[in-house]
Amino acid sequence: MEPINEKKSCCGSDQDGLSLSKTASEGQKPLALYLAGSSILLVAWWFLYTNLLPMAEFITEVFARIAGFALQGHLGRAISFFIYETPKVLMLLTLVVFGVGIVRSFFTPERTRAILAGKRESVGNVLAALLGTVTPFCSCSAVPLFLGFVTTGVPLGVTFSFLIAAPMVNEIAVVLLYGLFGWKVAAIYTGTGLAIAMIAGWTIGRLKMEKYLEDWVFQIQAGSLGSEEEPLKWVDRIRQGGEAVRDIVGKVWPYVMLGIAVGAGIHGYVPEGFMASFMGKSAWWSVPLSVLIGIPMYSNAAGIIPIVQALLGKGAALGTVLAFMMSVIALSLPEMIILRKVLKPQLIAVFIGVVGTGILLVGYIFNFLF
Amino acid sequence: MDIKVLGPGCKKCEQTAKIVQETLSEAGVDAKVEKITDLMQIAGYGVMSTPSVVVDGKVTVVGKVPSKKDVLSWVKK
Repeated sequence: MEPINEKKSCCGSDQDGLSLSKTASEGQKPLALYLAGSSILLVAWWFLYTNLLPMAEFITEVFARIAGFALQGHLGRAISFFIYETPKVLMLLTLVVFGVGIVRSFFTPERTRAILAGKRESVGNVLAALLGTVTPFCSCSAVPLFLGFVTTGVPLGVTFSFLIAAPMVNEIAVVLLYGLFGWKVAAIYTGTGLAIAMIAGWTIGRLKMEKYLEDWVFQIQAGSLGSEEEPLKWVDRIRQGGEAVRDIVGKVWPYVMLGIAVGAGIHGYVPEGFMASFMGKSAWWSVPLSVLIGIPMYSNAAGIIPIVQALLGKGAALGTVLAFMMSVIALSLPEMIILRKVLKPQLIAVFIGVVGTGILLVGYIFNFLF
Repeated sequence: MDIKVLGPGCKKCEQTAKIVQETLSEAGVDAKVEKITDLMQIAGYGVMSTPSVVVDGKVTVVGKVPSKKDVLSWVKK
């Protein structure tokens, strides 16, 4: 299980920036054209999506006849799974990333900070976790963002709620979980991920850890941006949605295909319950073990899904797998190294401890419920 | 002109510095382009996402790689 270092090496991707100079809107096509174009694409999307199953079945049948395999055999079931699931998940991903790209154009880090500054702690934790899911964020901006928050009056615990939710609950994770495991798993993941971010952030706030920030943090006179942010036009927002699709879908599609290929293999070949003895409900130690293995690992949602699918498909328990996935995405060694520049080791230890405990509880609760 | 590219040294930040330098030398503009990787200094400018570009002391781009067109527009001012 090689940790995959891919999205996190990014830094301010094309779609989430704001230009303070005016040039971006020069020579633009009118909004009506963008709206018309988007509507046509949406209708085409809907038509394709609703007819995907019969089309995939048809293609699989033709394929089976040419290549000469039985549709109900191992290979046949694996291939028909792949031919249907790949376009389905990629189409869903494209639509959701487009939508989220437009939503994100409303939430720059600067605006999120303005919303969070001066909020009471409990309300702040809830808001921060929710905003974390829609504010553009990448881990190499984690330190500037952290400083920007803390030095302008966002409480430490609220800042942590944001930092936990931002990588963990995102559109890629939710769409992939929905596409491959159904809406229940996606909803559980989103709900518990947000809950962990809110409660862990609140706990860190209660523990009064401010003295464990590096001393130089307090010496910073964080400047504020000299110029006012220009309100974006709708044309720009739609364009940002399109850019998000190009940027994100363009980057994660190989992982998605790999994930579905792994899933297809499991679907066709692996006997049910293969993993049940190691990662099943009866093995109580599997939840803490999964979290411990997951913490130093470093991957984004798209990279971890193939592994999740393999584990679930072979009979691992849902709670154990969710705990593993969350600890891989939310806590990672490289992130700790980056945060070490602003946090003293004690605070990093508390951060890992509190979030890890939350993930552990989620694992046990879901193994108990399902 | 005095241009500072803010970024802890990731791919997009390198890209930004390269685009700025290339564009300015193509346009024959005499400018000092400096890369700032120190987090404390970056925070001092009040930006929360990188790469960012500071032109003559004013934060001009936040959290994205500017296009050549963007860079040229700073020169005209």
